[in-house]
Amino acid sequence: MADVAYLPGLPRMLPALLPADDNSSPWRFPQYFADHFSEVMGWLWAHTWLSVVPVIAGLIIALPIGWLASRHKWAYPPMMTVSGLLYTIPSIALFVLVPPLLGLDPLSPLQVPIALTVYSVALLVRVVADGLGSVSEETLQAATAIGYTPVGRFFTVELPIAVPVITAGLRVAVVANVSIVAVAGTIGMVNLGLLFDQGFKLSTDTPYYPPIVLGLLLCVLLALVLDLLVILLGRMLTPWRKAVRS
Amino acid sequence: MIRFDHVTKRYPDGTVAVDGLTLEAPTGRITVFVGPSGCGKTTSLRMVNRMIEPTSGTITIDDRDVTSLPPHELRRTIGYVIQHAGLFPHRTVIDNVATVPFLLGTDKKQARARAAELLERVGLPAHFARRYPAQLSGGQQQRVGVARALAADPPVMLMDEPFSAVDPVVREQLQDQFLQLQEELGKTIVFVTHDIDEAIKLGDQIAVMAVGGHLAQLSSPADLLARPIDAFVAGFVGRDRGYRALGFARGAALPTTPEPTVRFGERVPPGGLEEWTLVVDDTDQPQGWLRSGPSGSPPGSPIDDAALFRGGTLATQGGSLRAALDACLSSPSGRGVVVDGDGRLEGTVHLDAVTDLIASRERAEVTGGADG
Ligand SMILES: Nc1ncnc2c1ncn2[C@@H]1O[C@H](COP(=O)(O)OP(=O)(O)OP(=O)(O)O)[C@@H](O)[C@H]1O
Ligand SMILES: [Mg+2]
Repeated sequence: MADVAYLPGLPRMLPALLPADDNSSPWRFPQYFADHFSEVMGWLWAHTWLSVVPVIAGLIIALPIGWLASRHKWAYPPMMTVSGLLYTIPSIALFVLVPPLLGLDPLSPLQVPIALTVYSVALLVRVVADGLGSVSEETLQAATAIGYTPVGRFFTVELPIAVPVITAGLRVAVVANVSIVAVAGTIGMVNLGLLFDQGFKLSTDTPYYPPIVLGLLLCVLLALVLDLLVILLGRMLTPWRKAVRS
Repeated sequence: MIRFDHVTKRYPDGTVAVDGLTLEAPTGRITVFVGPSGCGKTTSLRMVNRMIEPTSGTITIDDRDVTSLPPHELRRTIGYVIQHAGLFPHRTVIDNVATVPFLLGTDKKQARARAAELLERVGLPAHFARRYPAQLSGGQQQRVGVARALAADPPVMLMDEPFSAVDPVVREQLQDQFLQLQEELGKTIVFVTHDIDEAIKLGDQIAVMAVGGHLAQLSSPADLLARPIDAFVAGFVGRDRGYRALGFARGAALPTTPEPTVRFGERVPPGGLEEWTLVVDDTDQPQGWLRSGPSGSPPGSPIDDAALFRGGTLATQGGSLRAALDACLSSPSGRGVVVDGDGRLEGTVHLDAVTDLIASRERAEVTGGADG
């Protein structure tokens, strides 16, 4: 009880522990937000797009690759190794490598989305392959025997049944992208990462916290909201799972 | 009619799964492929709808080569049922059934109406329609599988061990219902099983296959039991084939004698009864046997479930000799209970009378066989 009693005092005590300048206190972030509202909202918006669009692009690219890996047993292990390796490339390195590799201008606004798409593909190939692999042999045979064309079977039987597994992967991909996008802010791309950049720039002798805390909060919030949206989308696409659970 | 003409399937690894198969599955009849595991039954079946392409030989349906249509179009005219039903887990039962009509571009409402009708015909209550497959038992799923195969009213049905994965009681129900359905629909059916009893029960014609993928014998169930062509078929058909063959034997009318009865729910009369007395219900349908005397029900005691011996089976007048024999053997009194087509008591028959009928039938058959 004693602990709890002193807790409310904590927010007031913390700044006291930190450098004295009142303006640089972490708790001044609402103030910072209000002062830079339209600018920060713009960054948030850009951040959202940068987190979502590459995942969608990545999914579209991962579908045929994952399909191949699920169809052909020999293709699965090497594809998983390659995609695993891709994911280990540090994001900063990938941002820098993409333009020369693709012959783009080093400051092309496309380098970040492309790099993020690469990550998303790397993550989603396995997810798609495993999701398609979760469709039972009987169901596949029945679909073929009933008279589905291979393409029809893929889109109306295999893919819908793989949705739960794919959704789980999409959640990871979207959340991971939110954090990787922030890194791109530090190389000057427009998004919430700029808040961290600002924070560092304004920290001269003493750390300047408000933009950093604000960036952190907005990133976490954005990740939570996007995660929730993916969950909801998944639920919407799989009414059959809900019925079976209850 | 489905015709296999010198059909051979050799898999890329060299396994010959089907070896020079030639046979006809007549229109409107059930042809059963039966044989030990790995003898090529599934392979033969799947060559009909081109899930597997033969290495050589041709398969025709109503004199039309199956290769003359694109596979998916061919398959939409052929119903296919497999062991674990293979339902689509993401679609409701009714949409599972309506799959082929949807594929064929039938109006959704119309397709669902037809699907609902089919569900009823395969014995699934209407409230199952909106469920998902995972909410059904194995037997119910299998019914949906049959309904789905029938949805576009295909003239041909292929069934690969459709009833193997359910327990014996459900299997028997499914088989009976299937026969009833076939009576109405008259599809051309190829049915695969490894269970000789199922083959004999369902088949109009049975193709026994041997490992290595060749046809060992093609004949009617009765002929198969009476005259297995070689030691392999004899062994496969099994030991008690003499008894099972009686299932196809319809002797002369069973000579029944009237049987004194008491009514279920009444009391044993004060004077007592014979040692074994038949108990019937209000509509004269036999319920079981009542035992009197020192170790049985004393006079005045109720004739209720506790007093009843329900072990005996019933023979139907005009039914098979096997049922008649079984009624005698299973009756505690030794007298086989015979009912008419409505299940009402007709009388009882003695074992001697049944064996006489069997003996006279066998003589007739042997002489008949010598003539033909
Ligand atoms: N894709 C394949 N590649 C190689 N051999 C195969 C293949 N499919 C089946 N076989 C072989 O062909 C033979 C016949 O197989 P099939 O599945 O037709 O048997 P079956 O009679 O249906 O057996 P079961 O009763 O066990 O289902 C078997 O020896 C099997 O091992
Ligand atoms: Mg088989």
